[in-house]
This record gives sequence, C-alpha cells and structure tokens, in this order.
Amino acid sequence: MAMAAGEIEALVKAALPDAQVTVEDLAGDGDHYAATVVSEAFRGISRVKQHQIVYAALRGRMGGELHALALQTSAPE
Amino acid sequence: MADPIAQRIQNDIETNDVMLYMKGTPVFPQCGFSARVIQILTHLEVPFKSANVLDDDELREGIKAFSHWPTIPQLYVKGEFVGGCDIVSEMFQAGELQTLLKENGVPVKAQA
Repeated sequence: MAMAAGEIEALVKAALPDAQVTVEDLAGDGDHYAATVVSEAFRGISRVKQHQIVYAALRGRMGGELHALALQTSAPE
Repeated sequence: MADPIAQRIQNDIETNDVMLYMKGTPVFPQCGFSARVIQILTHLEVPFKSANVLDDDELREGIKAFSHWPTIPQLYVKGEFVGGCDIVSEMFQAGELQTLLKENGVPVKAQA
C-alpha cells in the first residue's frame, strides 16, 4: 500500500513541470507524507483548486494507497 | 442531479450553514485530520452539523465524487466546499476562516 516519496514528487512534476516539490515522510511508514508544492500554475486560483490539481497529478492514489498527504501549495513569491 | 446521495449532500449543505463530513463524531473523532477540524470549529464556537462517513459507505464515496475531493474531512459553509484539514487549518491560522464564516453570517467567537 505504501508509496515512495520519490514517486509522489515524480507524479507532481510530470503534471506541473515548473513545480518545486518537497516531500517529507512524516512517520517513516511510506503512508503519511507532508508535501509542499510551489508552481506558477497556482497563481490566482483558490486553495481548493490548487489542491485538486495536485490530487489529479497523483492520479487517484490520494485517498487510496496514499492515506495521508498533508499538502501546502502556493505560487512562487 | 438524479443521484440520491448527491441530492442528500446538496440538501445537507444547503440547510446547514456549516456542515462537516468527517470520520467519527465531534465527541469521538476517528481520524487525526477530522479531529483537527473539530478542534478548530470548537475553538471558534461555531455551530455546525456533522455526518460520520464511517457509518455510511455510500456517503463516504458519494462525498468524494460530489466535491471531486479524495479525502475526508470536508468542510462546507453555506453550500460551498471550503476544503479539507490542511486548507481549513491554513485558513484558520491566517484568520481567513473566521472572516469567511462572519461574511456568511455564522457567529464566531471573538478572539485575538
């Protein structure tokens, strides 16, 4: 069920090539992560839409094999 | 919208100014993310209604499809999806959640 941090980063970058992605494995179990995603694609859109873009990039894994991903999204300063 | 579960959700979020879909109950949340949102709503003394998706598999799947959002909890204010635990926490810390609630006529405890 677990997913590697590198896999999360690769999926997000495949959808958002400009994104700066940091993924932290919170519990060391490959199931509880915190990710920060910074991308120009997020500028001017709501947080819900920003997170939906990231969830879409993860192609259905979120909520399934990936139980917990604390997400922080923003556009570059 | 012929889907009965979607209709039920639509009705719930329209008749309750603040509606939370969560795992467990406000007194006994069964997931840390749901507990966090409960903590925020309780802290702000916001009146809200909740539904326990663990009691109802149809609702659990239905709410995800309804909002195109893969996780629970999900908070709705005046029929609008606000976000999950991360967004609600971020908004609370920035004071944006309090503003959103007040703008929608929901009483919020005054606080520093």
